[in-house]
Amino acid sequence: MTTTVDLAPSPTPPSEPRAPRRLSPGLQPSDRIFHGGATVIGMVVLALTGAIGLFLGYQSIPTLHTYGLHFFTETQWLPELNKIGIAAVLVGTVEVALVAMVVSFPLALMLALFITDYAPKRIKSWLISTVDLMAAVPSIIYGLWGFYLLQPHAINVARFLSQYVGWFPVFHVDTDPNAAVWQQSRYTSSAFIAGLAVAMMAIPLACAIMRGVFDQAPLGEREAAMALGGTRFGVARTVVLPFAKGGVIGGTMLALGRALGETAAVLIIISPAYDIKPRILEAGTQTTSALIAGNFGNATKSQLSALLTAGFVLFVITLGVNSIAAVFIRRSRSGAGTEI
Amino acid sequence: MTTLYSVPQVDEDDAPPARPRTPRRIRSFTPEDRFAAVGSVLASLALVDVAYLHIFYFSGLLGFLLCWYVAYLVVYGVVVSLANPRPIVVERLVTSTLYLASAVVVLALGSTVVYIFAKGWRALVHVNFFTHDMAGVSPTAPLTQGGILHAIVGTVIEVGIAVAVSVPLGIGTAVYMTEVRGRGSKLVRTVVESMTALPEILAGLFVYVVLIIEFGLSKTGLAVSAAMAVTMVPIIARAGEVALRVVPGGLREASSALGATHWKTVVRVVLPSAAAGLVTATILAIARGIGETAIPLICSGASSFMNTNPVQEPMNSLPLYIYTAYTTHESLAITRAFGAASVLMTMVLVLFVTARFLVRDKKVRR
Repeated sequence: MTTTVDLAPSPTPPSEPRAPRRLSPGLQPSDRIFHGGATVIGMVVLALTGAIGLFLGYQSIPTLHTYGLHFFTETQWLPELNKIGIAAVLVGTVEVALVAMVVSFPLALMLALFITDYAPKRIKSWLISTVDLMAAVPSIIYGLWGFYLLQPHAINVARFLSQYVGWFPVFHVDTDPNAAVWQQSRYTSSAFIAGLAVAMMAIPLACAIMRGVFDQAPLGEREAAMALGGTRFGVARTVVLPFAKGGVIGGTMLALGRALGETAAVLIIISPAYDIKPRILEAGTQTTSALIAGNFGNATKSQLSALLTAGFVLFVITLGVNSIAAVFIRRSRSGAGTEI
Repeated sequence: MTTLYSVPQVDEDDAPPARPRTPRRIRSFTPEDRFAAVGSVLASLALVDVAYLHIFYFSGLLGFLLCWYVAYLVVYGVVVSLANPRPIVVERLVTSTLYLASAVVVLALGSTVVYIFAKGWRALVHVNFFTHDMAGVSPTAPLTQGGILHAIVGTVIEVGIAVAVSVPLGIGTAVYMTEVRGRGSKLVRTVVESMTALPEILAGLFVYVVLIIEFGLSKTGLAVSAAMAVTMVPIIARAGEVALRVVPGGLREASSALGATHWKTVVRVVLPSAAAGLVTATILAIARGIGETAIPLICSGASSFMNTNPVQEPMNSLPLYIYTAYTTHESLAITRAFGAASVLMTMVLVLFVTARFLVRDKKVRR
């Protein structure tokens, strides 16, 4: 009995070299379209966003040409007299941001530590939502809150500070704080109160970053510290905080970048004043964003360019702050441990 | 039979007294501790009441609370240190401080939400507040006239256009940076990352100078949308990139190993796995866009009439309405501003809850 099996002829002639088959056959046509499309989108976004940066930089040239270095040393913004400078405005911007950071840094740090290490489970998820919601609340709403609800209380604190630490120039207010009928209007609309409202926007941003980094603190080290008899604070001090140092700095810087550029809340709270003063509790200050929002409407072309230059300076500052933040956050070993 | 290993036989009688089966509680907070805490609260309250109000004649609720808290920490620290070693004293004080810090933040947010609604309530109860615009209604008119329909509609249209533009661009950029990884992706990442630092007002000013001054377009809703998109694209791209990056590489490799093309891998595997993160990124951007005040202030005027056409005539929006009503300093206008703020807050809350819901839903299904 014979069965015929059709044997295919040997597929590889023996003479062919034994080189391995190429694994990457190149892109499929669909992938080529996909890659091309994604690249186009990436390039469009690059062009769009890059154009803004270049545009702002380009617009600053005529301003700097006209006003020279006086642009950075002049305090007044008097377009009618052709006296334009951002010295006072920059100082005001930094003051408001610094107040915001002084208030928000400890609160954000403590809140983040509380969420990761202290809070009972039920409160924990609830608090995380609260912080996220806080980030979503529009800044103008914080402005209304700061102006109508916070300010009447905050001026008492401001007066207290000027009464007892008024010898320190930062807390000095040019009025008699001990007067029986004290001049409340000298304490309103100050950099201090604007900073408090801006702090509300800085807290969730900083807290979210810090929480993310605290969460990544190695469990083994935590447990080891616990096993050695550490208290929760001991664990936080010896394991979590040293591990998360980069993230804490990065989160704070990121919040600072946000605080520097804040517009709406500041615009509602402050009353414009163009002088360089360290007295943060005193009425009147000005920030770069508020300056732009207040002056763009009736500006001539050259003044618009001056406003753009002021904006460009602000942008360069926030960009610098954010870049430093990014470096710190990247260093903090984040993003590891997500592979299967 | 020989046993190689001698198993120690434990007699029931020799065994140490039976240990309770429940694990020992390592964080004990005895009734005594509780008494110390409550007692310290009351003691410090009494102390501050006397010192603050009756000796130094200070005024102000905020200062009172602050002093009360400091006094509490001191009293509580002393009480705890009577019976406990230093580490425990520190631990207790830190715990108190952390609880308070969290309470302060929650209280601040809570007071914001409650205050906005409480002040806006008088405007919100009138139906015409939601169904009329402010055309021909003066800021001092009673609340039974006029409304903010034009601002609500304007916000929805402006944000809608901005989202329609920025979501594809943002997510496309994120895909380009993480999946395609073309030659320019590093540059794109750097530029996009730096553009998240762009203050909103500058985006507005940019659009104002380019579109309105240079190209002579009028102040419209579209200009607002364009400026909004400029701020939203980097946010979505950056948050989206993070969401895509945490998709495990194993999933991508598994998909490729099954013969899927890169396109199919991205569309069927990577994007669905990252959906929750992408939705969050989008909602984050919408929440940011919805609250932009500086942009509509610069790129569109505060019109008082209804306008659904984004390319003609100024278009009002909720934040701009709030701001302009605030600048009138008329009490009725400010009540309306708070009413509009409540509506804005409600929109944000709805968006927020939706995002939470979507994220939770995804996690359960996975």
